[in-house]
Amino acid sequence: MRPVHYYRCLRGIVWREALRFLNQRGRFLAALVRPLVWLLIFATGFRFVLGVSIIPPYQTYIPYEEYIAPGLLGMILMFQGMQSSLSMVWDRETGSMRTLLVSPLPRWYLLLSKLIAAVIVSVLQAYVFLLIAYFWGIQPPRLGYLTVLPALILSGMMLSALGLFLSSVIRQLENFAGVMNFVIFPMFFASSALYPLWTVRQANETLYRICMANPFTHAVELVRFALYEQFNLEAFAVVAGCVIVFMVLAVLGYDPGRGLIARRAGAE
Amino acid sequence: MLDLKAAAADRGSSAAPNPEAPPLVVEGLSHSFGERQALRNVSFALERGDRTMLLGLNGAGKTTLFSLITRLYNHRSGAIRIFGWEIKQKPSEALARLGVVFQLPTLDLDLSVAQNLFYHAALHGLPRREASIRLRREIERVGLTDRMREHARTLSGGQRRRVEIARALIHQPRLLLLDEPTVGLDVASRQFMLDHVRMLCREEGLAALWATHLIDEVDAEARVIVLHRGRILAEGPVPEVIRRANASTMREAFDNLTGERGE
Repeated sequence: MRPVHYYRCLRGIVWREALRFLNQRGRFLAALVRPLVWLLIFATGFRFVLGVSIIPPYQTYIPYEEYIAPGLLGMILMFQGMQSSLSMVWDRETGSMRTLLVSPLPRWYLLLSKLIAAVIVSVLQAYVFLLIAYFWGIQPPRLGYLTVLPALILSGMMLSALGLFLSSVIRQLENFAGVMNFVIFPMFFASSALYPLWTVRQANETLYRICMANPFTHAVELVRFALYEQFNLEAFAVVAGCVIVFMVLAVLGYDPGRGLIARRAGAE
Repeated sequence: MLDLKAAAADRGSSAAPNPEAPPLVVEGLSHSFGERQALRNVSFALERGDRTMLLGLNGAGKTTLFSLITRLYNHRSGAIRIFGWEIKQKPSEALARLGVVFQLPTLDLDLSVAQNLFYHAALHGLPRREASIRLRREIERVGLTDRMREHARTLSGGQRRRVEIARALIHQPRLLLLDEPTVGLDVASRQFMLDHVRMLCREEGLAALWATHLIDEVDAEARVIVLHRGRILAEGPVPEVIRRANASTMREAFDNLTGERGE
């Protein structure tokens, strides 16, 4: 296997992920409607309930919609990351993971390709969302649209890697509802996506600590700062660290020698 | 003599350790899941052109054996060699020479037939132009050329299976594994699969290992391996296995060997 084989394989995996996404119109629509419902309805309803004071990276008072926009970008990345990884396990396409794993390329590379494909699709979704949000009045600085790109990529990698890892080890999560309840909702609500964490801290110190320990919080903050042309070092460090940890765990989970999938097969 | 060695070295890692190595050798393979022993000291070999039916009831260990040969997970004892490449040490070389039709349907129903096949070609690192030629040829041989652009979802179960066997052959493997490929198929589709694989072995020298729990699928021209509770009870050309089991039909032989009634 020469480098050109690696390249063709990556291209094929990305191409398939994109085709799947475009072919499933329902999925495309759902992926957009979900954050838009939050933005257009939820945020409007809460506009006067939740005032947001001036906190970095904002330099002025901002409406609530503007505050939650980065959180909703995080939501898009999370749903897409989980869905593309876990769909390998469900959707009656239990076999599609098998076809991937009999490829002669190294397994870590196949997983990495899968991850890159998921990230490309979710970043595209994020930009479509930003475009619609622009017409709803959420207009970050022009350059922000560019500086947010690396933040979206890195955060997308973290969430997709987490999805890959979950798909390798967790057998109990039989359907997407299970992941919603036990992974997506807790991660989403215990984060800075919907409210600044100082408000959480005033209410409950323990919950605040949990939110701070939640990698999703840092993904959202990384995106939030980047969208306003700023760099949040702490968030970057946490997210980058998590990408590595989750990816290593996913590779171990699918390692034929570690026996995680072997044990799973035996239990079936 | 020296020149030959140098030539082999030139070809680098893609040259087989021994050009005469048999397509598949399984040696002393055991595997267990916790307490449950799925395979016990399983050994057999496939030669070029061999069509071997792996016959066993559900739970006999067929799927475990296939998972190990396709390296879904590693074997911990014994050896599996594909054209001389030990699957654990040289997975890339071994897998590149192997085509698989899985028990579960694995086509992506949201993609067209051609897209499914191109995806598989990409996983094997084939350039697009070459893939295009090969997949046209394979899909023509299973008689589905006019369905190439249609979504896999619109195909019948039998047609999907045909696409899957075409797909398994795109990277031109010399060893084909089929895990209960006819489950859920109608009579005509089942016959098509049997005939197609027979043709591949006879005319192109492919070695095929076909797992099944249906004794009817084991014809007199094939070889058979009877796997029961993780152990090989008999192996060889079908007539010979029947004779050695003091039986007159394969069904009788299976019943005699296992002490259970097969399907």
